[in-house]
Amino acid sequence: MIGIVGYGAYLPRYRIKSEVIAHQWGADPEAIQRGLMLSEKTVPGQDEDTITISVAAAKNALSRAQINPKEIGAVYIGSESHPYAVKPSGTILIDALGIGPHVHVASYEFACKAGTEAMYVAYSHVKAGEMKYAMGIGADTSQGAPGDALEYSASAGGAAFIMGNQRVAAEILYTHSYTSDTPDFWRREGEMYPRHAGRFTGDPAYFKHVMGAGKALLEKSKLSPKDFAYAVFHMPNGKFPQEAGKRLGFTKQQLEVGWIVPWMGNTYSGSSPTGLTAILDVAKPGDLIFMVSFGSGAGSDGFIFRVTDEITKVQDRAPKTRDYLDRSKIYLNYGEYAKFRNKIKLND
Amino acid sequence: MRDVVVIGAGMTKFGELWGQSIKDIFVEAALKAIEDAGVDHIDSMYVGAMSSGLFVGQEHLGAVMADYLGVNPIPATHVESACASGGAAFRQAFFEVASGASEIVLASGVEKMTDGADVTEVLATAADQEYEVYHGITFPGLYALIARAHMEQFGTTREQLAAVAVKNHRNGSKNPNAQFRNEVTVEQVMKSTMVADPLRLLDCSPVSDGAAAVIVASMDVAKKLKRNPIRVIASAQASDTIALHGRKTLTTLNSVVKAAEKAYKMADKKPKDMNLVEVHDCFTIAEIVATEDLGLFEKGKGGEAAANGWTSIECKMIPVNTSGGLKSKGHPVGATGIAQIIELYEQLNGTAGARQVPNAHVAMAQNMGGSGASCVIHILEVK
Repeated sequence: MIGIVGYGAYLPRYRIKSEVIAHQWGADPEAIQRGLMLSEKTVPGQDEDTITISVAAAKNALSRAQINPKEIGAVYIGSESHPYAVKPSGTILIDALGIGPHVHVASYEFACKAGTEAMYVAYSHVKAGEMKYAMGIGADTSQGAPGDALEYSASAGGAAFIMGNQRVAAEILYTHSYTSDTPDFWRREGEMYPRHAGRFTGDPAYFKHVMGAGKALLEKSKLSPKDFAYAVFHMPNGKFPQEAGKRLGFTKQQLEVGWIVPWMGNTYSGSSPTGLTAILDVAKPGDLIFMVSFGSGAGSDGFIFRVTDEITKVQDRAPKTRDYLDRSKIYLNYGEYAKFRNKIKLND
Repeated sequence: MRDVVVIGAGMTKFGELWGQSIKDIFVEAALKAIEDAGVDHIDSMYVGAMSSGLFVGQEHLGAVMADYLGVNPIPATHVESACASGGAAFRQAFFEVASGASEIVLASGVEKMTDGADVTEVLATAADQEYEVYHGITFPGLYALIARAHMEQFGTTREQLAAVAVKNHRNGSKNPNAQFRNEVTVEQVMKSTMVADPLRLLDCSPVSDGAAAVIVASMDVAKKLKRNPIRVIASAQASDTIALHGRKTLTTLNSVVKAAEKAYKMADKKPKDMNLVEVHDCFTIAEIVATEDLGLFEKGKGGEAAANGWTSIECKMIPVNTSGGLKSKGHPVGATGIAQIIELYEQLNGTAGARQVPNAHVAMAQNMGGSGASCVIHILEVK
């Protein structure tokens, strides 16, 4: 049995409400709420970045797995906001957590899909018998240009998963990836903010790939939506994952627990992975979980998990995702937000 | 001038046609029209398009489309008159056949708007760059000024504006080529996102891809092919100041008034003779003003007419925008004028399906460029 032996999430405690952003730009808060189904989003603190978020999430995953960090053979961090263009994020993480130095480390990037990419490769290493444990992380402090629709969603957070073949809490039964060259969203080297092709990011990009991976997973597994206790999809806004779930045949109840985007925003590489941790926090042995990520450019990774008896042992060993969402929040006004996100530029 | 008839029509579905290029959609529409007409060649062709250079980086559309349609070396010309490009292209084809220079001419329109260009910015090139666009106003803003003035002067209400969108979506729901086939309510229109006060999202025509083509021919050709002769009995065009501030009033579109006068005179018809009218409803207020300036309703009563259902198919008074109009059918700008002609053609042929106006034999299309700086009107008749 191969799957998740430990998992953990981390979300910053700073928040900005959609209505505050809407007010700043003269947009209609009600229309934003109705159109994007987002009420607030996380904002990274001034001393937080993708690496600190990854370390915090990975620490929680280690707490749950209760393994010797030295036994982890690979660490992959998927993000589109690695603090360095040249320098791996994972090297800081392994030194911070006592992993390695006999470890394979890499930074991944595939827009919002980089986290599940890291999970998939970590899982594959263990499945291949190359190593006992491997860690896959999805984390971001994502960027949205001031006044752009992305500014309502682009948030910060992440989740880490340790894959192994002993004391597995959620077995990976099936995986499937679906990828094509679809330029719906991109950020060139040196640009501060990503660009996107508006409504083209919907049907030909998000839905085509999520549905492509989702349908293939159902066919491969010969399972039907009603067999699952939970389903989670990439959450660029509130509407898309609900629509994708509906099109595949899942109910609102199945989506509810993982659908944390209205209060978290889109944590990009951490989006569906944090949704998954919120589900694992409450899942019961035997539950089946359906997960499909999405990254612009574009592709989707799908997983089917079966929760095991181990889950009840690990759930309480670290803070839960909902704790991070609901814990004492600090709300920022737009000026503070602009300062926190380094949107105010001074002369060198 | 000799008699000119429309003998064939074809169009793509309007909408977000992300899987097709501008060439693909043009060829699809043109081949459908040629097949519908049953002709084995065309003598020349006109392609109406507003801004393919800015939308997809391709100009010289006459030659491009003749090449991809496989009809070289016939003459092929790109016609531009902003959102009235399609109507203007049809008018060139009409004159070419009426003059006896050609027997069979393809009149077409195409626009590919969803390939990544800043659409609002591109469309604004049809307004006055120095006096309007420079100061930040775009088309929703210009039409909002017209709407405000109309409300102030005639008491036109927000609900009356919404009634235009409700009716056009109802008609569009019956049009298989329409971009939006959903019906909307007055409440939905009035609660939709504000774009430019008082115009909301559901007052505005959408951004669309699409192509439309018709075959214009001499009566001799129509007879030879045994086609139902749908005659073009009027082709009229007029212009007005490019910027709104140059006009005596904001609430009358003088190009529409003048083109309509000429069209009625040429056709020897009166507004009451029309069985249906396609008007350029780029915004709901544009339909209200157009129905007044075409003489269908008294000045200031266009809003009331829409709210009272006098422009609906069911009312049988004067159905306006049976196709769904630009609002629901979609507005790929260069294709719009030709798509209006296609609606007339189908209605007069009795092939408009669920949106058929019974016993329709005279119909008018009003195609407009900018905030009314260009207007092209055609009247078609079948006996």
